[in-house]
Amino acid sequence: MSDTWIEVCAADEIDEEDVIRFDHAGRTFAVYRSPEDTYHATDGLCTHEKIHLADGLVMDHVIECPKHNGRFNYKTGEAKGAPVCVDLKTYPVKVESGTVFIGL
Amino acid sequence: MANFVIVGAGECGARAAFALRGKGFDGTITLIGSEMHLPYERPPLSKDALVAGAGPKLVAEQERYAAARIVVLTRRTVSEIERAGKRIVLSDGTALAYDKLLLATGARPRALPGTPYACGRVVALRSHDDAAAIRAHLVDGSHIAILGGGFIGLELAASARKLGATVTLVEGLPRVLTRGVPAEIAAIVAERHAAEGVEILCGAKVAGVEDLPGEVRIALEDGRVVSANLLIVGIGAVPNTELAEAAGLATENGIAVDGMLRTSDPDIFAAGDCTSYPLPLYGERRIRLESWRNAQEQGQLAAANMLGGAEAHSAVPWFWSDQYDMTLQIAGLADGAATMVRRDMGEGAFILFHLDAEGRLIAASGIGPGNAVARDIRLAEMLIAARIHPDPAELAAPETKLKKLLAA
Repeated sequence: MSDTWIEVCAADEIDEEDVIRFDHAGRTFAVYRSPEDTYHATDGLCTHEKIHLADGLVMDHVIECPKHNGRFNYKTGEAKGAPVCVDLKTYPVKVESGTVFIGL
Repeated sequence: MANFVIVGAGECGARAAFALRGKGFDGTITLIGSEMHLPYERPPLSKDALVAGAGPKLVAEQERYAAARIVVLTRRTVSEIERAGKRIVLSDGTALAYDKLLLATGARPRALPGTPYACGRVVALRSHDDAAAIRAHLVDGSHIAILGGGFIGLELAASARKLGATVTLVEGLPRVLTRGVPAEIAAIVAERHAAEGVEILCGAKVAGVEDLPGEVRIALEDGRVVSANLLIVGIGAVPNTELAEAAGLATENGIAVDGMLRTSDPDIFAAGDCTSYPLPLYGERRIRLESWRNAQEQGQLAAANMLGGAEAHSAVPWFWSDQYDMTLQIAGLADGAATMVRRDMGEGAFILFHLDAEGRLIAASGIGPGNAVARDIRLAEMLIAARIHPDPAELAAPETKLKKLLAA
């Protein structure tokens, strides 16, 4: 598992079926809350043209890039087809005492 | 084994080729393009790639074509379709049999009537090589004239300013972005260009162009003369329909297809910029879109229908433009709107929702820094597709989540 757990935000700061951007140590991530109230994290930039995914739309378990509509499953990082063909890296997430942590 | 041939190796043709294989087609796929490059993305040509002087951003690397067993023939055009014998003849004289044929021939820049392309100082932008030629002129201290205040002209103006060139943009109509962009948004775009130092001349009709050694002179009807190192003509695009017309296929502002992208020949499909098609969402009105996403979607749909599918194209038209740090996004077709509702989203970002006389949402146009309007425009697109009649007060209130209107 991961070396370090980094605090992201309070669990209720992310709406259900939504995403926020989280920057840490010069890197950028996207942290998601699914419709089933589970939390997930991926790299923050689309693998197509380095656009911040947190400006995109979450529908069910899919994040869609705001620029060119590249789609990824944010639970697995899987690219869902053109124009994206490279998967997103995912990161472990845990929620403790109402706070979301990302494992880096 | 079946032979499927795709004429036109742009975004649309390439997506169709991969979609055919992705859907399990096991026959031969041949993709034919006139350029020397593998299929690449055209949107960056007027934007980042132009500024950076980057090479073509390929839709897919060579290895992916090989892995998908897609034969790409570059630097070749198709001179004839022999429908009776179901084969095409290439510019190099070879013939190729097809079982199904997809025409994804795209569009080319509309030429300025009577323009002498004498010394290479009057150019247009369509290809990577066009962009490279333009870039050679975009240096500090050079003066670039751009004819046409549409997306291409304005994006080129922004890129030219980034590279230090002086820019004069000549538009014949009273404002920029007359086609499909509301006046409020066009005004913001024009103001921003003015603030960045672009000289915009609206209502300026061209009387004549002289392509001379060392300069190009654009004489306007009001007597003014714009002298520049380069004139870029960005006055729209013309669909490449000649091959289809010569083969006797129906055309109507593009190769005419039905909702399933079939031409008047059941074995020939057409998709992308070269194609006009009926749009059920707007009363079966026949439209032709010059858009990256449409090229992708239609390429993929044509592939499915070439394999026996019967799905009709129903996507909401969608466009975007990047200029400086602003992004403009439009979903739907706004002409025919009776009322407009404005939603302010902070930092100068806003969306205009266009409703028809019955209150149905038919389009949404947004502008703002970065991707500020992207998510709501995407949701608006879904609301448009769902033919929703939203409460204008809810659209106007930024605290109302559009996703909730979708669920309602």
